[in-house]
Amino acid sequence: MTASTGMLEVSVWRGSAGDGQFQAFRVPVQENQTILDVVSWIQQNADPTLSYRFACRVGMCGSCAMMVNGLPRWTCRTHVQKVLNGNRLTVAPLRNLAVIKDLATDMDPFFDKWVEAEGRHHPTATRHDPMPPITADAPGRAEADAAIECINCAVCYAGCDTVAGNPDYLGPAALQRAWTLINDAKEADKGAILTAVAQSGGCFNCHSQGSCTAHCPNELDPMRSVAGLKRATVLAALKGGS
Amino acid sequence: MRGHRGHPLWLAYGLHRLSGLALALFLPAHFWVLSMALSSPERLDGFLHWAEAPLVKFAEFGLVFLLAVHAFGGLRLLALELLPWTPGQKTLAAGAVAGAVLVCGVFLLNAV
Repeated sequence: MTASTGMLEVSVWRGSAGDGQFQAFRVPVQENQTILDVVSWIQQNADPTLSYRFACRVGMCGSCAMMVNGLPRWTCRTHVQKVLNGNRLTVAPLRNLAVIKDLATDMDPFFDKWVEAEGRHHPTATRHDPMPPITADAPGRAEADAAIECINCAVCYAGCDTVAGNPDYLGPAALQRAWTLINDAKEADKGAILTAVAQSGGCFNCHSQGSCTAHCPNELDPMRSVAGLKRATVLAALKGGS
Repeated sequence: MRGHRGHPLWLAYGLHRLSGLALALFLPAHFWVLSMALSSPERLDGFLHWAEAPLVKFAEFGLVFLLAVHAFGGLRLLALELLPWTPGQKTLAAGAVAGAVLVCGVFLLNAV
């Protein structure tokens, strides 16, 4: 606890990406305080013009990710006391995404890449057909299970140096989504997905730096999923597929 | 180093990349010296004499280190991308390598 002062020294990014600076705020320390609590306190008590994004506050919606003391984090489930640097906090918008204002980034490129990676379900049946049974311990299901809990928070995207170096790289989240579909028995067009992820900027762009896996707040392993896509695309090419 | 890079996987990547770059810089010089065996053997003899100097001998340790780091980095990458191991299996594999290094090290110390 930094109860000695009772106040946190918080630097918050204000303005857009090209035209902005950090602004200092003093925020009272509270018990069980999250980074989102701190940002909300500033907006409610110090400066109502502060822009940021959040919705569920329980780590499900993926809206509130920001850079906290230089690391990408989900702010609603990051406790202040665990990341405090002395009694200082620096809160900035997510890296690798254009800033709209203050802590709110433009997530469009991030979601557009899910579409580019063919990360949508291609159905094998209509709603009038019976549901095919898939057991929880089927190998493909287990592999998809390990990756399916993604909340689209873009923490992995912000932590990835390959995204920083190549704006066309699809990124860990979109590729991980593609990997869940490759392992989905009800996915009808796996060839289209493999073609999409084998393109320039696809899975082979990944340098296995592992920042996605190190920072994923849900403790998923996108690097493993991207490696799976690399294997699947090579196998498909050897078999004379896409 | 920026904060988001401070984890073992990124450090392994950085070490692999840097050792690769250093080896890439070394290789042309290596081939140039080897080519002297054909073009001018006297100069090669002169160079080999210079290579006996203690400082150059010591620098060779660095070279072997770079080679070892890069080779194991490559094996790590191959295992990471081609073998869909579970975290538990990865731990076992790392433990096996560590055990082998320990046993080899004991034999080496005995030999020395």
